[in-house]
Amino acid sequence: MAMNTLKSPFNIPNGRCIEGKWHKNRYKIQKELGRGANGVVYLAEWKGRKVAVKISDNHLTITSETNVLKALSKAQGIALGPSLLDVDDWEIGSRKFSFYAMEYIEGEHFLQFIKRKGMVWLDILILQLLSDLQSLHERGWIFGDLKPDNLIVTPLPVKIRCIDVGGTTAIGRSIKEFTEFFDRGYWGLGSRRAEPSYDLFSVAMIIVNAYYPDRFPKKIGGIQQLQKMIVQKNGLHKYEPILLRALTGKYHQAKEMRLDLLTFGQKKIKKNQPSRPLKAKVPSNPPQSKQKRTAGWLETIFIFLIISLFYSLYIFGQIG
Amino acid sequence: MKQGTIKQILLITDGCSNEGEDPVAMAALAKEQGVTVNVIGVMKNDTIDEQGMKEIESIAEQGGGVSQVVYTEMLSQTVQMVTRKAMTQTLQGVVNRELKQILGSETEMEDLPPEKRGEVFEVVEELNDTVNLDVLILVDTSASMKYKLPTVKEALLDLSLSLNARTGNNRFSVFVFPGKKQFVNKLMDWTPNLDTLPSIFSKLSSGGMTPTGPAIKEALRHFTKKRSIRGLLTANGDEYFEESV
Ligand SMILES: Nc1ncnc2c1ncn2[C@@H]1O[C@H](COP(=O)(O)OP(=O)(O)OP(=O)(O)O)[C@@H](O)[C@H]1O
Repeated sequence: MAMNTLKSPFNIPNGRCIEGKWHKNRYKIQKELGRGANGVVYLAEWKGRKVAVKISDNHLTITSETNVLKALSKAQGIALGPSLLDVDDWEIGSRKFSFYAMEYIEGEHFLQFIKRKGMVWLDILILQLLSDLQSLHERGWIFGDLKPDNLIVTPLPVKIRCIDVGGTTAIGRSIKEFTEFFDRGYWGLGSRRAEPSYDLFSVAMIIVNAYYPDRFPKKIGGIQQLQKMIVQKNGLHKYEPILLRALTGKYHQAKEMRLDLLTFGQKKIKKNQPSRPLKAKVPSNPPQSKQKRTAGWLETIFIFLIISLFYSLYIFGQIG
Repeated sequence: MKQGTIKQILLITDGCSNEGEDPVAMAALAKEQGVTVNVIGVMKNDTIDEQGMKEIESIAEQGGGVSQVVYTEMLSQTVQMVTRKAMTQTLQGVVNRELKQILGSETEMEDLPPEKRGEVFEVVEELNDTVNLDVLILVDTSASMKYKLPTVKEALLDLSLSLNARTGNNRFSVFVFPGKKQFVNKLMDWTPNLDTLPSIFSKLSSGGMTPTGPAIKEALRHFTKKRSIRGLLTANGDEYFEESV
């Protein structure tokens, strides 16, 4: 028996066709993509095209999520979530389901992508995410349930996309759906009222999650615990000033955090440039370590160049 | 814009009742009086007894509410999800009744084409945020619940955090059972915030009986006590959603 008594589990076999009661579109189920508390998402074929179909026996979930997707698609050219294709009901025997068809977003989950391609990509993806959030917020919405599981990275061009708009909430209301680790209320760092800083807290925790793939349990909670976890982790430590600001609600807009993340990348380079103290030390250092240092320095420059390259490509893509 | 109040009992328990009235009957009574009963079953380390599970589901079913069985660690998220689901369910009922009045006898939200449904749902969402909510939390503190109480407390604080982010007003009240002398003890009267939950809560533990039915009955009395005058004025006792002036 499932733990969840809210839903009765269902399975639709591959190859089966479902037909909408109202619009008569037919979808051929290909495979299950995933299931959550509120329904099952399938990959399906519709008019020779791959689409994702979310099916639920609770029509309220479907109605609520399609309302959000509709509102988001009014925002032209902004592809934060999947675009909505169809909403309908499917009746089979005495059972009634509601479903919607949306764009199938093909790619890799966020953490998996970073694990495979390296941490260089973390900044880039977060910068992309922050500019998408900025436009979402400007349209009066808060994503809510922002977490790596809801982020998919599509290849070529590498672009971050959000799926699962179940938590997306109009600004000023109370957050509809959240996940504890990414929820500021859980850590005792703010309310669950939908405002931009709510999402920015989650973005900071996504960066933390990239360095702690297994996450960590709440002990004392609050900023003390989070700061400790940030400072003691190699690589994550350097983000401390930005993360602390985001975690304590100092950023009111996504673009402020984005700007800090951008300029911080450049500052880092300046710091590592062989300035006076380094030169002064050189003579007393064994040659080997000198070599290492130059190598490290070159590497940083190289990474910086790569990041700027991808970034300008990204900006270019946005304009084009 | 109309302002209403949703009334809920949230029962948190881990097993079967074994004393007094049938809890399912008491839940049915609550529903008749316009109070929804939601139940959260806290699982004993991995084992779940069929009978307890059945009772949990039946109470919520009869009480017009939502039930969910969880492990202790999942409690916080579950408590707030169950409360919200039940609110939406109640509001949908209200909206359906209005639809029937406007559109004729057998029309419910589900019978509308998806596009229209979306518009109606916006009304439900709006109400969800603005409606006033009274939640009476009824906690089973029998011996087997003892170690779970600190987690229950945390979940309740979390619930008030979530609900207080809404525009509408909230009132919470906390009862525990079994009481020392009576079936049930009032721990906290109506208050807008659960932060003031007394610290003895986590240390409560009482042996013996689990009088779930009598506890629901007593909780119901606490609702009607407040409403007795208004109750006399409104002939229609079966409204889940009470419009106030
Ligand atoms: N448009 C889409 N394109 C590709 N894959 C998708 C799409 N939508 C959902 N998925 C896949 O289906 C999985 C389940 O999605 P969904 O968002 O419905 O549920 P969830 O996040 O697991 O849980 P919940 O319903 O509780 O929010 C996702 O993790 C994702 O892998």
